[in-house]
Formats: sequence, C-alpha cells, structure tokens
Amino acid sequence: MQLLIIEDDMKTAAYLCKGLKESGHNVDHAADGKDGLFMAMENEYDAIVIDRMLPALDGLSVIRTLRAANKSTPVLVLSALGEVDDRVKGLKAGSDDYLVKPFAFSELMARLEALTRRSEGDNSQTALKVGDLEMDLLSREVRRAGTPIELQPREFRLLEYLMRHAGQVVTRTMLLENVWDYHFDPQTNVIDVHISRLRGKIDREFDPPLLHTIRGAGYSLRA
Amino acid sequence: MRATLSVRKISLLRSSTFFLTMSYVSVFTLSTLMLMAFIYLHTSSYMVQQTDAIIESEINGLRESYRHDGIPGLTLLIASRVKPESVGSVILLLVDPRLNVVVGNLNRWPNVPGTPDGWLNFKLEDRPTVDETARWARARRYRLAEGFLLLVGRDLHDLEMSRKAIARTLIWGLVIAAIMALVGGLTMTRRLLRRLELINQTSHEIINGDLSRRIPTDNTGDDFDQLSTNLNQMLDWIGELMEGVRRVSDNIAHDLRTPLARLRNHLDELKSDCKDVDDAEPVEQAIQEADGLLATFNALLRIARIESEKQPDYLVDVDLSTVIRDAVDLYEPLAEEKSQSLEVSIPGTQNNIRGDRDLLSQVVANILDNAVKYTQPAGTIQVNLSNGPLSVSLMIADSGSGIPVGEREKVFQRFYRLESSRSSPGNGLGLSLVAAVVTLHNAKIRLEGNRPGLRVVIDFPKPRH
Repeated sequence: MQLLIIEDDMKTAAYLCKGLKESGHNVDHAADGKDGLFMAMENEYDAIVIDRMLPALDGLSVIRTLRAANKSTPVLVLSALGEVDDRVKGLKAGSDDYLVKPFAFSELMARLEALTRRSEGDNSQTALKVGDLEMDLLSREVRRAGTPIELQPREFRLLEYLMRHAGQVVTRTMLLENVWDYHFDPQTNVIDVHISRLRGKIDREFDPPLLHTIRGAGYSLRA
Repeated sequence: MRATLSVRKISLLRSSTFFLTMSYVSVFTLSTLMLMAFIYLHTSSYMVQQTDAIIESEINGLRESYRHDGIPGLTLLIASRVKPESVGSVILLLVDPRLNVVVGNLNRWPNVPGTPDGWLNFKLEDRPTVDETARWARARRYRLAEGFLLLVGRDLHDLEMSRKAIARTLIWGLVIAAIMALVGGLTMTRRLLRRLELINQTSHEIINGDLSRRIPTDNTGDDFDQLSTNLNQMLDWIGELMEGVRRVSDNIAHDLRTPLARLRNHLDELKSDCKDVDDAEPVEQAIQEADGLLATFNALLRIARIESEKQPDYLVDVDLSTVIRDAVDLYEPLAEEKSQSLEVSIPGTQNNIRGDRDLLSQVVANILDNAVKYTQPAGTIQVNLSNGPLSVSLMIADSGSGIPVGEREKVFQRFYRLESSRSSPGNGLGLSLVAAVVTLHNAKIRLEGNRPGLRVVIDFPKPRH
C-alpha cells in the first residue's frame, strides 16, 4: 500500500513508519498539516493517517480541504482526545475512521486494511462467499457446504462483517464499533463469547475451520 | 458524585433583609411614638399653664374692683360678666361666709377639697356635654376680707376638646408614619432581594455545573455592584484554576498514555521477534498488563471529562428501549455461559429521554457486566424499564451477593471495591463512570437490596417538549 502519515510527534511517526515499512508498505511522512495537505493533493495514496492536533493546519481542516477538492482517499484520524463528540466531529469533517491514541500497532494495521479494502469493495453485493460458507444478503440465509445455518440477527451482522473483511484481521474494537455501534470497551471481553458462539454454528461440524483467533490482535475469517 | 441542587427562591418573610427592615420599622415607629407623646404632654401642660395664668389675671382684676368698690361693686361686676349671653367658658362665683351664693354662674360652691394654694378641679354637673362624658372645670378660690369667698375658673371642656383633637391628629400621624415606613421598608427589601436573587440564581446554576455563568452587573458602582463584580472575578479565577486542572489531566493523558503505549508497542515488537511460543508467553502477559493500565487510565480520563461537562448541548432524543436491548443482546451470551436467566421487560411506550447514546449504553453495559459477574451460576438477572409520568426508570436487579447497606454510597467512588470482590477482575471505576453519566443526564441512581442481590434503579427525567 502507498500510505501517508501526517504526524508532528517524531517518535510516533518513526514508530509508525518503521512498522508499516516492515509490513511491506510504502510510507511518506509529513510533519505538519500544510506539508501533509500538499503531499496528499499531489500524490495518490491508498490511505492517509493523520493526527488531529498539528502545527500550521489542524487535522480536521486538512481533511475538509481534501474532501472539498474531491479527494476521496480514505483517512484515519489519530487523536489523544477520546470523547464521543470528538469522534463525531472527525467523521463529520470527512474522515473514515477514528483511532484514539495510544493504540496498538495491530489495531492500526487492521483498520488500515479494512479502510483500503472498503474503498475497493462495493456494497451492492447480494451474496458473500468465503470457502464453502455462503451468505445471501437478500434472503438473509447462511449455508455452509449447502447446509442451512440458523443465526440470530446479531450473529448474522457479526458474520456479515467478518465475511466482508475476509482474509483480514478484525479487532474486537472494530467489531464493537461496527456490529454494535459501541465506542467504548466493555469491562469484560464479551466479544470473545459471541465469537465462540458463532464458531459453534459455522465451524464445529465442518472442516476446515474458517474463523481464526489471531493472538493479541483479534479474529480473521478465511478459507 | 456531584449533588444536583434545585434552585430555591429566597422567601420574603424568611430573608434577613426583611428582618432588618422590620426591626427598622419598629424602632422608627417607637421613636415617632415617643416624639408624639412628648409633643402631646408638652402641649397639654402648656394649655393648663395658660388657663391658670388667665385665671390668675382675672382674680387680680376682680381683686382690684373689690378693693375699690367693696362687695357691692364686685357683685355688680360679676353679674355683668356672667350674663346669660356672655356665658362662655368663664366660671365666676361669689358666696357669703355661710357659702350662700351671692352672684355667679354656679348653683353652689363645689364640694371638693382644694389644694393648699386654693386650686380646685371639679365636675360641672349642670352643663350639657357633647359626648356624655363629665365636664371638668378648674378654678381658684380667693378669700375676701369679710369672710366672702370668690371662685374664678374656666370650663375645661374646650381645652379637653382641643387636647383630644391634638391626640387624634398625633395618632393618625403615627399610623401614617408607620405605614409609610412599612411600605418603604418592604419596597426596599424587595429591591434588595431581587438583586440578591440574581446572585443566588447564578450561584445555583454554577453549583449545578455551568461555571460560565456570571452575575449581571449594572455598572452603578454601588455596594451590590461591587459585590457582584468581586464574585465574578472570583468565578473567573476558579474557572481558570479548573481549566488548569483539566489541562493537567489532558497533559497526563498526553504525557503518560503515550509512553505507556510506546512500551506496549515495544513489547509487541519483542513478541513478534520471539521464535518460540513459550518465549512469547511472558511478553504476552506483559502486554496484557500494559493494556489493563491503559484501560484504567482511559476510564479515569473519561470519567473526569464527563464530570467536567456542563449541561451538554449535544444530548439528543435517545430511545432507552433500544439502548437496553442492544446491551442485553451483548451480554446475553455471557449470562447464558453461566446458565443465568436474563429477563427483560420493556413497555411498548415511547421511552425516549434526552441523552448520549454511547454513554447510556456504557452505563447499562457496566451494570449488566457487574450483574453477570457477581451473580452465581444459575442465578437470575432482571432488566426492567418503566415509564412514569415524570421519569423513565431503569431497574437492573440480580440475585447475586449484593452490596452491604453501609457501602452503597462508597461504591461510586473511584477505585472503591468491595472486600469480597477484590479478587475478581475489574478496576473499581465501572460504577464511578455510571454515577458521572447519571449526573450528566440529571438522573438519579439508587442501590437497593433485592433479597438476595442488588437492585440498581436509575430515574431519568422525561424530556420537556
């Protein structure tokens, strides 16, 4: 992926650049909002990671300017603030995702994957397929190897999200945000219980297992 | 928890200003009364003195006539003075040594003892009065050489009348003065109270969380204006201090969370460098410790932010039914794992309140989390929403170990944990956050016993439309 990091804190920037390069991506770095905006306008990136608080031009203004110039590059906002209205402001300005500092690198990675895939993929699909697992979005039916599987509405949404992001790592926070629209971490890891329930329905009586646990990161659905 | 105070208006009768005014009115009335009494006594004694002087001078005139013309001349003079048409307030009487009337306008010598210097006060029985009260007269006895007695006096009726008129006038004056003082005092009290009320109102709004409020000043520079200005400056100062504290906590967030995250990321790198799964295990544990610390830190900052929030303008209509169903939906598998039954009852009415969906979801999630955690396997958890005329009440009851009565207030404090639950996971911040969100929504929370277990009840005020 071709990525742009706009971040004034040099340590964070260095850490991000190093990690992303090691993961095999091309990374550009801008240390303030003006340079960042300039680079984002000049080049085609797959995704932009931008800090909210920046010298010269703040992160939200950069995004607004980009969107006003019809640049639809996916943007992930990093912020030390974590309140609901901050997130809402970020999304209103045109960002695609929001991550509160400090964050685990695996979380950022998973979100960037999801973002770039989202911009490629289309939402007009009526059926999803991972291995022999099939989901019909219109009749809301799920089959594995031709056998129908009964799912609760929430389990259906959970599986749908996992299937749309098949092959990627999906974190617990991403699931909470996208399946439950919860923007806080519950005290107990309830997501694990939901996953094991879902696994019981789609994996227990079939082979090979599709729903994998990625230690220290999250889950991944892949054939 | 921050107390939500209702604004209580200062009652006129209970204000100290009113008390002061009333004391002032009393003192004023009393001194006016004393002044009036002095005027009255002085005037009436002056009138008596005047009468006595007139009587003296009359006696002098009659004595001259007696010395000149003897009894016959005096008799003639008196007779001319007391002709029926000239009967005024003059009283004249001449009697012989055996007290027989010689001439005069009294029927007989008054039967009263006089003072040693010859003054007599007696009733006039034969004269009509206006108001049926006795008519009094004052006279002086004068002994003539041949044993005759002369009585010279004045009917005091007119004097009495004017004395009464003066008293009446003074009493009316006193009443009017007292009424004026009272009206003036009340008006003044009301005006003072109105200005005090402004200060009181503003301070209540500030106590309820809106520190941006200031007491209105009118730039007259009077004592109230100065008080308001001083209070406003004090509030500015407090505001700056609070802003400073908030900045400090933001700085803590920035300064401590970032290195903590860096530490976590270093551990992450370290873990990915591990070839052996057994080597990675302790690193993974360290990462989880760091995650726990970060979570605690985030929770603390989140609570601080919610608590410092004024009446938030971003609150919107939120359907509590959906919030509850979603949270139950999230926790239902967890309860099922412990074979607990999760019973939900939500009325089909409009259960909207003004709120922040995310914060409300966290409140329900935190309480449910506790309920599932502290209820034994196969226990019961009930979630109940009821819609009253003034409030929407959420009740979450469990059949767990409950909270002792004495500790029910303490569990809202940060990091407070029950002795019995110290071994179970958690950071002691869950209910602190609940309390902060409840206060933000102007709601009330109470913890009750559920025999056995705990019942958490939150009353949300209904939105005003």
